[in-house]
Amino acid sequence: METGTAAQDDAAREPVWTGLPPGLLKMRRLLLVVWLGLLTVVLGVLLNLFAGPAWAAFALLPLALIAWGWVLLGRNWRSWRYAERADDLLITRGVLWHHETIVPYGRMQLVEVTSGPVERHFGLASVQLHTAAAATDATIPGLVPAEAERLRDRLTELGEARSAGL
Amino acid sequence: MTTPGADKDVSEATEVAEATEVVREQVPLVERRLHPVTPLRRAWAPVAVIIGWAVHDPNQAQEQLTRLTTVTLLIGLAVFVPAAALYGFLTWWFTHFAVTDTELRIRTGLLFRRTAHIRLERIQAVDVTQPLLARVAGVAKLKLDVVGTDKKDELAFLGEGEARALRAELLARAAGFAPETAHEVGEAPSRQLLHVPAGVLAVSLVLTAATWLSLAAALVVPPLLWFATHSVWTVLATALPLLGAAGASSVGRFVGEYDWTVGESPDGLRIDHGLLDRTHETVPPGRVQTVRIVEPLLWRRRGWVRVELDVAGSSNSVLVPVAPRAIAESVVARVLPGVTVPSREELSRPPRRAGRCVPLWWRGYGLAVTDTVFAARHGLFRRSLALVPHAKVQSVRLTQGPWERLWRLAEVHVDTGADKTVTARLRDAEEAAELLRGQAERSRTGRRDARPDRWMA
Repeated sequence: METGTAAQDDAAREPVWTGLPPGLLKMRRLLLVVWLGLLTVVLGVLLNLFAGPAWAAFALLPLALIAWGWVLLGRNWRSWRYAERADDLLITRGVLWHHETIVPYGRMQLVEVTSGPVERHFGLASVQLHTAAAATDATIPGLVPAEAERLRDRLTELGEARSAGL
Repeated sequence: MTTPGADKDVSEATEVAEATEVVREQVPLVERRLHPVTPLRRAWAPVAVIIGWAVHDPNQAQEQLTRLTTVTLLIGLAVFVPAAALYGFLTWWFTHFAVTDTELRIRTGLLFRRTAHIRLERIQAVDVTQPLLARVAGVAKLKLDVVGTDKKDELAFLGEGEARALRAELLARAAGFAPETAHEVGEAPSRQLLHVPAGVLAVSLVLTAATWLSLAAALVVPPLLWFATHSVWTVLATALPLLGAAGASSVGRFVGEYDWTVGESPDGLRIDHGLLDRTHETVPPGRVQTVRIVEPLLWRRRGWVRVELDVAGSSNSVLVPVAPRAIAESVVARVLPGVTVPSREELSRPPRRAGRCVPLWWRGYGLAVTDTVFAARHGLFRRSLALVPHAKVQSVRLTQGPWERLWRLAEVHVDTGADKTVTARLRDAEEAAELLRGQAERSRTGRRDARPDRWMA
């Protein structure tokens, strides 16, 4: 076997992975703390009023959820990666439920850049790829707008160059 | 938002489109109308509204009816019938269609104008259907299947001969014949590949569990309900849908799949079937996204299979309702050129530990990847083998849940353009990762020797 050349080829082909910027993690953790923090306060006050101070200790449950979610969001954020290869885009995500998607550029029908009000406040945008198959779920969330636009333009360009019908 | 590659298939008319049309148009467009029988069909719409109201609210409808005297009834008829006729006539009068070099244009609508421009090179299939009454009247419906078209985009009705001529012309233009000659090319000759005898079809339906299950449900459930509730309405409300389902799965299927003929022509695959309603479908070459070979348990002794196919934007999904395996496989080989259906031995099973994730049924799973297709089988009693040509793969996905991770297993999904996903289940994790990379590569290169959209060009 000519392992030499094959191994080199493989090394050259090995995708260059890009992670997500920390902004997304920050936004998600903030949302988690805000919502569950509110829940803690409301639950604590209500229980204290209607059931007594001993019961109010149950309001600590959401606090535990915050700690758990904090770790979970971090792990999930680290699991998101994407790589632009010569002919296709790779996206992997998920810790417990691991997903890996490959979309050849030629099959892209539409590239979408979206950004909701909260995302905009944090300076984030997501890029979504659509192919003729609705099951294709290729979304990269939480990119810096400049990177999202660069990715969109590059994907569009590559898609046009390699375009193929159904 | 940007759109690489794909164009919108059906574009609503815009000012711009109108303007370019005027510039491009040296030869005036020949706009045609539908067959003059069409208003009769349209006239049913107001009647249907009234019947719908009566069914929806029977008490009030009866009350209103008793209050009616002969005079008001006559006046009502005198107003209603001409109004319905006028409505039918006007919708017919305002519906036009025209065939240009690249598009079929349908202009319709009385108040709300709607113009559909259907790109001919995007045609996935052409259906000519004749419901029973239309056969009596000698007319037919013509529908182009393009991703995104809906019921409104069918041409109903055209004269029988006109529909055939139009289909031939549309296919010739879509195939890439020069516009001047497209008119004279005429219908491509067809060679019969397969015909399903009525006897075989009847036996195959008798041997289908679904037929018996729905019949049994229709016979058993209503009496049980009667004993339980003694309410006529409840029994009727459940018995009618059950009987309908039983009829549809036995008699309905027989009538629909009667005289099933598959033919081959330079325009692609021709599928003709139906006892009362006749359907003639044409699928141009290279449009088939997935083929499934289904083998119900009771058919196995006779060696019969059913073949289903997926075409983007088309509702029909049956290629062969029943046929011996060898003949079915030869038809599949014509539909997907260069493809041989992998035999049972070629399909590799998941590793033994897959039984920890899906007990027993894991034995039904199988996978084979050849130079041309990705083939995945599932089902223990009712085996189903799905074939996807590499060129039709839109995206490849690998998924792995926590339990599968524990047993080092993963699943590989292959998405096709007909919105169907074929899954190779419970493969060894390393094999799956290899498969994912390999499949991406194959689907990219598989496109190279695919035939062009305009198959005669």
